[in-house]
Amino acid sequence: MASAVSVHNLRKTYAGHKGQQGVEALKGVSLTVEDGDFFALLGPNGAGKSTLIGIISSLVNKTAGDVSIFGVDIARDPSLAKTYIGLVPQEMNINIFEKVEDIVATQAGYYGTPRPQAIADAEPILKDLGLWEKRHAPAQSLSGGMKRRLMIARALIHKPRLLILDEPTAGVDVELRRQMWTFLRQMNEQGTTIILTTHYLEEAEQLCRNVAIINKGRILINESMEGLLKRHGEEKLEEVYLGLIESKTADKLA
Amino acid sequence: MTPQKQLTAYYTMVRNDFVRIVRIWSQTLLPPVVTTSLYFIVFGTFIGSQLAPIHGLRYIQFIVPGLIMMSVITSSYMNTVSTFYFAKWTHTLDEILVSPMPDWLIIMGFVSGGVMRGLFVGVLVGIVGLFFTHLAIFNILVLIGAVVLTSVLFALGGVINGAFAKSFDGISIVPTFVLTPLTYLGGIFYSISQFPPVWQTVSKFNPILYMVNAFRWGFFGFSDINIGVCFGVLFGFILIFLAVTLWLFRGGIGVKN
Repeated sequence: MASAVSVHNLRKTYAGHKGQQGVEALKGVSLTVEDGDFFALLGPNGAGKSTLIGIISSLVNKTAGDVSIFGVDIARDPSLAKTYIGLVPQEMNINIFEKVEDIVATQAGYYGTPRPQAIADAEPILKDLGLWEKRHAPAQSLSGGMKRRLMIARALIHKPRLLILDEPTAGVDVELRRQMWTFLRQMNEQGTTIILTTHYLEEAEQLCRNVAIINKGRILINESMEGLLKRHGEEKLEEVYLGLIESKTADKLA
Repeated sequence: MTPQKQLTAYYTMVRNDFVRIVRIWSQTLLPPVVTTSLYFIVFGTFIGSQLAPIHGLRYIQFIVPGLIMMSVITSSYMNTVSTFYFAKWTHTLDEILVSPMPDWLIIMGFVSGGVMRGLFVGVLVGIVGLFFTHLAIFNILVLIGAVVLTSVLFALGGVINGAFAKSFDGISIVPTFVLTPLTYLGGIFYSISQFPPVWQTVSKFNPILYMVNAFRWGFFGFSDINIGVCFGVLFGFILIFLAVTLWLFRGGIGVKN
């Protein structure tokens, strides 16, 4: 069976502006996420996480390398590869003037689902995410946490096999974060592969079975969460993470 | 993506834009109607009544097709440049880019929104024009062909401008400093046959001249330019603009990060 995500020797160089040298955001990244996994992609700001996610979801053009989603090469058949993916980006990207139900139904429409069917499909998702009562409200009237959940609802409306969440709980209060964890665990148990990037390492430790840590465009480690913690003899992922990032930084400075 | 799903996705884009255009009609539909009414009153009625007929037509009759075309050009362009740039600025364009819609279908969706608004405005301005003068229709197919193709061309132009724009200033520079002068000098208010030969030649470098004349031919059966040449220029520019738009989407230039 094909992996959910297969990335091989992926490179991305952003062009420089006004004579400045370009920035190499990914320096030959290779990575595999298995079908059904709950996968953490961790790294400091500017490490290349969002670029990697952007390339996987076709929002960023790669410079070199290969990416396959459930065995489908994104360069050869982007249309089919995209049907497998649901993306919750880091930045809010909802039209705040539109109503909750319209935002979700419109997204389904882009995937070819007729509006009446999309509205029917949206009901259980909006209920699960606590947005049903707000379905006729414009997005601008929602709280920050509700907007985050709306972005998750929108990403799920076409029933993707792979859900990519780029810092979905940033700025979300503790109670709501726990509710989102429960929801994501259920999604994963029902068979959805999940890739999560987060700066809350406790979140990754609680939810994810496998983990990759990326820094300065390179993958530092890629293994099971349990194996990583055992191997380093540490109790907390945070200590392992800081140890890895700081040692690499120290190597560079030496 | 099956053709049926592509049709649904396309319909979704067009429906969204239709709802938006109608919801904010006081920004999208009303201003060009008010502005053009003032042209009809000032240039057509007050000043035009003092002028000699052109090609046997009263001045106000002569300028109505050009004024309709001016509204269509501006509305089509402004619709796509503003919706595309706004979608980029708010990152809501990503909603479409992550979907399985192929590039050509996304472009078609944006362009159809521009054409829709352009034709709405064109019809409204035409109706207002009927309060000031009567209009004949010489050839309905040429008339519709000229206005639809012109609308498509400038809707594509709006997408290109939206892709290159890096700020809201960037979406107003082309309409103000390129589109408006070309439109005013595009034979709306005069026939180039009234000019000395050298200015007739200079005028022929303005593509809008060909569009206005093709449209006027559809109403009255006369044109300063051969009608076949007019449509040739229209098709030529559409092909160039379409190629540029596809290239921008393919490379992600001004579209993706």
